[in-house]
Amino acid sequence: MRKFLTSTFAAVVLAVAVPALADEGPALEHQSWSWHGPFGQYDKAQLRRGFQVYREICSNCHAMKLLAYRNLAALGFSEDETKAIAAEKQVQDGPNDQGDMYSRPARPSDRFVSPFPNDQAARVGNNGALPPDLSLITKARAGGPDYIYGVLTGFKDTPPEGVTIPDGMYYNTAFPGHQIAMPPPISDEQVTYADGTKATKEQIAKDAVAFLNWGAEPELDQRHSLGIKTLLFVFVMTVLFYALKRRIWADQH
Amino acid sequence: MSGQKFDNKIIQWVDDRLPIFSVLKHSAVEYPTPKNLNYWWNFGSLAGFMLVVMLLTGIFLAMNYAANTAIAFGVVEHIMRDVNYGWLLRYLHMNGASFFFICVYIHIFRGLYYGSYKAPRELLWGLGLVIYLLMMGTAFMGYVLPWGQMSFWGATVITNLFSAFPVVGDYIVTLLWGGFSVDNPTLNRFYALHFLLPIVICALVFLHLVALHTTKSNNPLGIDVKGPQDTIPFHPYYTIKDLFGIGVLLLIYLSVVFFDPNLFGDPDNYVPANPMVTPPHIKPEWYFLPFYAILRAIPDKLGGVVAMFGAIIILFFLPWIDSSKVRSAKFRPIFKQVFWIFLVVCLVLGYCGSQPPEGQIVLVGRVATAAYFLFFPLLWVLGKLEKPKPLPQSIAAPVLKGASAGHAAQPMEKA
Repeated sequence: MRKFLTSTFAAVVLAVAVPALADEGPALEHQSWSWHGPFGQYDKAQLRRGFQVYREICSNCHAMKLLAYRNLAALGFSEDETKAIAAEKQVQDGPNDQGDMYSRPARPSDRFVSPFPNDQAARVGNNGALPPDLSLITKARAGGPDYIYGVLTGFKDTPPEGVTIPDGMYYNTAFPGHQIAMPPPISDEQVTYADGTKATKEQIAKDAVAFLNWGAEPELDQRHSLGIKTLLFVFVMTVLFYALKRRIWADQH
Repeated sequence: MSGQKFDNKIIQWVDDRLPIFSVLKHSAVEYPTPKNLNYWWNFGSLAGFMLVVMLLTGIFLAMNYAANTAIAFGVVEHIMRDVNYGWLLRYLHMNGASFFFICVYIHIFRGLYYGSYKAPRELLWGLGLVIYLLMMGTAFMGYVLPWGQMSFWGATVITNLFSAFPVVGDYIVTLLWGGFSVDNPTLNRFYALHFLLPIVICALVFLHLVALHTTKSNNPLGIDVKGPQDTIPFHPYYTIKDLFGIGVLLLIYLSVVFFDPNLFGDPDNYVPANPMVTPPHIKPEWYFLPFYAILRAIPDKLGGVVAMFGAIIILFFLPWIDSSKVRSAKFRPIFKQVFWIFLVVCLVLGYCGSQPPEGQIVLVGRVATAAYFLFFPLLWVLGKLEKPKPLPQSIAAPVLKGASAGHAAQPMEKA
């Protein structure tokens, strides 16, 4: 009986473990992000650089509908700067007293203005492919920021031998299926950073991912610092409970 | 129960008219509890604590949520971004479900190991299983509310299961959906039920406690309490032990909430629901995975559904399937091993449920499903064949023996 059970158990464990070892798919390279770990926080200078990358490159095709211009205050932009950034875009408002819709400059309370009026227009403008909204992109993909960085830097001019990529598609090491409709979006020196940071392709990608991660988890800084304080409190409380428990139970030992 | 005397005149006045203080004193203060309960007995109160956390966070989330497919996804993000500490409420609630299930699963397996389902606790066990079933329903409907891709497709797959039943299947599915596909009426009724079911759970938890206080707690030795020398009052001994347990649970639970809040989640649920795009791997939340694996192990749709529901229903009959009169696995050497294998089988099933059903996984899933159901007849045979170890005279007896050998034995922590 016992022998039978042990061998069944061994068979089950083996059968599960073997295919798990043979798991396929390219491993993502882990980058060091400033916000990793319980003490991690965003680097505001990096977020501002990332916002610059988004504004100059990504936002030509990708919307970020969940963010509002007022949220940029968290990156260290002043109220006037935020107003100026918002005012670069036009939004439709109305109806006014005459019953007409009208166009006005965006205000800090407005959401980020999308590059295309609707998904259909976005597809027409992008060879049939729909550029996804980036508001939650680092939370919405397995691998998170490492994956987005992998896609941004994973383009190869020539696919490996035996792989043919159709017209209008590009080879990418990180993208599932390796065939992506987005052209390589960034290259060295594509942006000029005001703070003098050297704009290598990798640097641009990292800054962009940092900004996107902030867009997906704007609460992260507060979450981490509140978490440390809360856990310290709970830890002390638990130690006290344990001491009290030992004391109350002393006469039962 | 009533007729307690209190020093405070106001308390006495109230108690003479409504015996709340007598009841509290009887069942939360003086309640005689076996003195040898180990830390596995903490998980009942921990599950109760998580229920309260879920109710409190849920109420405040409900104040900011709107069950409409056009805006539900955005409304949850509005809670995350614009509501004061909305992200905290939402992450507490979302991870709270996982920790509620962790506590309940440990609670169930503890009952299994120490034979807590056996006479006279059959109804206590059955009530617990009904609570567990209601929890699964509540959690499933709660997962639909953010209206992400996995919400939508999980709801589609699971509700479609009911169509497997002959004749009435399609009617049930239409009734669940409130139409002919998962859509706005589905979201609305799921929200209403997600609010209603926890209230039913609370009522059943009350009954669960009444049944517990009638039959009294089981204990690691699985033998009956022989007299007052075997018990200690619930307060302060178990109140402080439960508080300590809550502290430890909070440390782990809050670590996840603050530092890795999407640990149990699926990235696809941060993509808004889209009926036109099916995610590559539709899989339910982790606490359903063993049953999902059983569902997929049977090649026939109706057979799979019957097996899945049967896997839970059969647990209700456990008190009568298990033919051994000895409760605790401590005195059942073979059952003890079978128990651990059963636990591993459940974990293997969970792993299979999380993987796409291809290649080896299909085979492993089937073997594990067979092993799951084999456990029950085995339990019946085992009770007939197994020779249990001699049981101690009473709970106090081994304690007294240990005491004579000095302070080495600490029975209350070691079981």
